[in-house]
Amino acid sequence: MTAALTISGVRKTYGKLEALKGVEFQIQRGEFFGLLGPNGAGKSTLINIIAGLVQMSAGSVTVMGHDTVRDFRAARRSLGVVPQELVFDPFFNVTDMLRIQAGYYGCGEEVWPWIDEMLQRLDLWDKRKVSMRALSGGMKRRVLIAQALVHQPPVVILDEPTAGVDVELRRTLWRFMRDLHRKGTTVVLTTHYLEEAQEMCERIAIIDKGEIKALETTAQLLARHPFRFLRLKLAEGASLPAELQPLVAGQVNGSLELKLETAKTSFGSVFAALRRDGVAIEDVQTRDPDLEDIFVELTGRKAEAAA
Amino acid sequence: MTPNQRGFFTLLKKEIKRFWAVLGQTVTAPVITALLYLLVFAQAMKGRAPVYPGVEYTEFLVPGLIMMTVIQNAFANTSSSLIQSKVMGNLVFLQMAPLGPWEWFGAYVLAAIVRTVLVAAAMLIVVLPFVRLPVHEPLALVAVFLLSSGSLAVLGLIAGIVAQKFDHIAAFTNFLITPMSFLSGVFYSVHALPPFWFAASHFNPFFYLIDGFRFGFFGVADVPIWQSLLWASGFFGLMTAICLWMLMTGYKMKR
Repeated sequence: MTAALTISGVRKTYGKLEALKGVEFQIQRGEFFGLLGPNGAGKSTLINIIAGLVQMSAGSVTVMGHDTVRDFRAARRSLGVVPQELVFDPFFNVTDMLRIQAGYYGCGEEVWPWIDEMLQRLDLWDKRKVSMRALSGGMKRRVLIAQALVHQPPVVILDEPTAGVDVELRRTLWRFMRDLHRKGTTVVLTTHYLEEAQEMCERIAIIDKGEIKALETTAQLLARHPFRFLRLKLAEGASLPAELQPLVAGQVNGSLELKLETAKTSFGSVFAALRRDGVAIEDVQTRDPDLEDIFVELTGRKAEAAA
Repeated sequence: MTPNQRGFFTLLKKEIKRFWAVLGQTVTAPVITALLYLLVFAQAMKGRAPVYPGVEYTEFLVPGLIMMTVIQNAFANTSSSLIQSKVMGNLVFLQMAPLGPWEWFGAYVLAAIVRTVLVAAAMLIVVLPFVRLPVHEPLALVAVFLLSSGSLAVLGLIAGIVAQKFDHIAAFTNFLITPMSFLSGVFYSVHALPPFWFAASHFNPFFYLIDGFRFGFFGVADVPIWQSLLWASGFFGLMTAICLWMLMTGYKMKR
């Protein structure tokens, strides 16, 4: 069985700038896949190449086995992309817009029940006859999602679908995408909300400076991180023993966060040092590394900067 | 209907709906402007000798004004649609769709032709009670009309592809379309011009579009109809070749 998406040696140069340096990976059918990276990493360029908006300098891309250049019609019929920007056509209402989009993909009245279902599931039913220009940002985002799914593509790419949207839409969207995924749709997600990616994605690629830095299952990615974290709230006037000072990674709500290398420093050795110096502790918390830690480790940048 | 055909017809329908939604701007306004020209020039030139034997100045003026309006509106329809989609960012919906260059080309150009048919029909309906307009050569009339409307629609598409903002389209309109349409014999026979401008007019493709259209009505014009048809066909062919090359290579559309 062919992969849902095959990216082979994709390069993209803008003058002297090499935006993608031979990116190569596959996404299998039915996967929920995360593509993460900081600003300017090459994520959007790659998505635009897959969608046919940008010409690659070298390499090839197939969607459900269809080459995006030689067999672009079949490739595009297999793909739905939710763009990052909040774009809309001001001349039409919501239903017209969705029917027009379906028509571009060769779909007629047979998909109208599906359009109605999406309108209901994305809480757009009451707005179905409202002009696109009169919708709020959140509503426009819902329409964008419906537009990408209108031809029922087997592969869906969501480029920052939850950027700047409220909690309610986020929940609606993820519920909807989980359902589609359960029914066999391959979902590719880019987001800078790393907790979303950690929760939703089975496999994750981290891209930086036009190269894939990691490509593993989410569990493997988290497991390979060689650190754990220990938060200590010291009693008033108490101070950390000198030998533990280098382990301090930061302060969180008045607690010190120690970053412990799993192979070298155990929790036990930290507590032994605290006992030895008679340091009184008010509270203790431990934390496993999350995707954000991995992200910083691999890219050297904070997730807030990622987009 | 195949999926490709459905894609094409959807885009065509969408483009027609787009100008239909603002009919006041896209049809009514140009008709009123053209009628004002007619009113002013007909009054100003009243009593002049017939331009061709048996063709009064007002009669001579009407086909020219219709064709000038067709030229300007065919260009405006495709260019404004494309630049609006570019600036608003919604062009991505079309770019990501499985539509090929021919479907883009056909749908945009046909929609513009539909708009110009409406504009021309509205003008004729308004002026026919007042101006006698025979149709001597209906085939030539239709052929020149379609080639003219089509050529300018394609030129508008080219402008829309090249332009990155509204100013670029305004530059095309102000420095190319408007001067060329005004200097093409809409308001006069080129035989009335000094030798230099008489010769220069013969290098303006719009002159042949207007002259050929006039021939369709009166059976008489400044140049033989075969010349007008040849220029109109050549102009359409050249514009089409350039436009299709742009669409096929993704020129200015795919980064």
